Amino acid sequence: MISGNKAKGWLYLLPALLFLGAFMVYPLIDVLIYSFEEGYNSASQTFFGVGTYNYSYVLRDPYFLAALKNTIILVIITVPLSTGFALLISLALNSVRKLKNLFQTVYFLPYVTNTLAVGLVFMILFKKTAYTEGMVNLLINWFGGSSVDFIDGPYWAKMFVLCFYTIWIVLPFKILILTSALASVNEDLYKAAKIDGASGFTIFRKITLPMISPMIFYLVITGFIGAFKAYSDSVALFGTDLNAAGMNTIVGYIYDMLYGNSGGFPSYASAAALILFVIVLTITCINLMISRKNVHY
Amino acid sequence: MKIRFEHLTKIFPNMNKKLPDVVAVNDFDFEIPDGKLIGLLGPSGCGKSTALNIICGLERPTKGRIYFDDDDVTDLPPENRGVGMVFQNYALYPHLTVKENIMFPLRNIKRSERPSEEEMEERVLEAARLVQIEQLMERKPSQMSGGQQQRVAIARALVKGPPVLLLDEPLSNLDARLRLQTREELKRIQTETGITTVFVTHDQEEAMSISDLIVVMKEGAVHQIGHPQDVYDDPRDLFVAKFLGTPPINVFTGEIRNGGLMIGDEEVLRVSGDVRDQKVYIGIRPEGFELSDTGAFTVDMIRVEVMGRDTSVVSRHDAMTGVSIRSIIPSDSGIDRNAKKVRFDLKPHKVDLFDIETEERITCGLMRREG
Repeated sequence: MISGNKAKGWLYLLPALLFLGAFMVYPLIDVLIYSFEEGYNSASQTFFGVGTYNYSYVLRDPYFLAALKNTIILVIITVPLSTGFALLISLALNSVRKLKNLFQTVYFLPYVTNTLAVGLVFMILFKKTAYTEGMVNLLINWFGGSSVDFIDGPYWAKMFVLCFYTIWIVLPFKILILTSALASVNEDLYKAAKIDGASGFTIFRKITLPMISPMIFYLVITGFIGAFKAYSDSVALFGTDLNAAGMNTIVGYIYDMLYGNSGGFPSYASAAALILFVIVLTITCINLMISRKNVHY
Repeated sequence: MKIRFEHLTKIFPNMNKKLPDVVAVNDFDFEIPDGKLIGLLGPSGCGKSTALNIICGLERPTKGRIYFDDDDVTDLPPENRGVGMVFQNYALYPHLTVKENIMFPLRNIKRSERPSEEEMEERVLEAARLVQIEQLMERKPSQMSGGQQQRVAIARALVKGPPVLLLDEPLSNLDARLRLQTREELKRIQTETGITTVFVTHDQEEAMSISDLIVVMKEGAVHQIGHPQDVYDDPRDLFVAKFLGTPPINVFTGEIRNGGLMIGDEEVLRVSGDVRDQKVYIGIRPEGFELSDTGAFTVDMIRVEVMGRDTSVVSRHDAMTGVSIRSIIPSDSGIDRNAKKVRFDLKPHKVDLFDIETEERITCGLMRREG
């Protein structure tokens, strides 16, 4: 009877397993195999040998190293900042009574807006052309500063725009999650803490923060993963030739290796993809370990 | 510490402008004596919890003042009033251990006034001992039963040694057995600490059993304040009479006619004193009935319920206002279970008369008929 049930269980799982196998497990294994096939030619489906050359090539490729550096800077700057801003805005949203729904909608709008359309808006804000300095430069000039070319100028200016843009684009989702997390904290805990003599800041630090900590860690973990996989944001701002702009990301590099002007190297792309996979896996494991220690219930 | 209310009123404006505002607390004007256990009693939604929230400072009154001893605390925020409060759902901090929960109020004391680390530990242990949870100190709230959680909540409320302890429906989340036990426990803790304690409940039995004083409320207004037995014996109006006592008081429509108290055509008692002939509500406590073959009051029997020590007779009468009449008689009264009619004599001190318009109690003497 028990074995009969087991068979039935597997039968029910079969459709899902088939799809997962075909579209997830098989490609993953395939990528792993590609990454070790040296001199693979996708047209003739041939390769010279098996080894780690693809990895050593990618890890020595200056374009990959630049992309790696860009990605890490992007992750380190945008994840903490966007989570912090989202928390501040959610706290503010949680404390307003009037027009709360309106504000919530306004803050959520960027989430439903297309990435490339937002990129266009950012171009107007930041791009310096022969005809205009761009909105932000006008502001800088107004305060007495000199114009900066944010799109085709120095590295830090471009990185600033990219981080700004990334934070702006991920903020709505984080705000949505955090406002609902804040709203779900039992009101009585705040009352109890007040009666127990806690000040507003103490209540935030000792009650609110621990109570929403599971959601904060969820956002940090998914934020890290999302930022490591960033690509479209960079394209939206700097166009498709990211290597020339010096603003490539790891996923951008993988794309270029596959389809770009210098593309046609699926083995290098696979190796880079696996390197990215290992990085994300490591960071996520570290995150989970930290959250086990600090998220209390 | 005694608590004094001076014309305290709390009005919640209605969200729907067409509906009238809600008067949660209506002109509270009385004093809660020092070191007593006070039960705020009333049906759901009568403003008991609002009253409690005003005492602790979570709500501000619309009008009126509130004093702790002689200090006006109306404008003090909760953190400066120094009261301890136990919430209905206990409101323990789920991410903190029992010990950290109890220590939380001490940690919030200003650094300059905060006791030393050792002294805080000592006080936490003392509070834990008082509620007998000292062996659970390292547990998280989720690892404890409801009863244990409540003890932690009480310990947390007491650890600062507050002059006033407030409890919002302290027993309602416990099962029947635990409720009885915790009731005793509350009384013990209150007696041991001598702290002025106010607790809110809708369960009259709970309030009657442990309170030194009960405050019966309805729709924001205080109907009667007094010792539980006094309020039970001398209810000021029909609401109080109906609200107190299990099984509840039996209410009939009747009449005072020529010095006799009439239910239907039967004269059940004699009325003395200066009362005019009028229609009245007659309230008879379940224990106010005496089985008697020559009894003045005849009812139609429905059934007899045996409860061990007592017997409960369920019956019906045309003049009753409830769905049935319940009378409690000793189990050795030898009632005939198959009888169609039962005759009772009434104990005069268990019968109260109420005005049919105002529902207020009519003061008059009642006695048994001669012969």
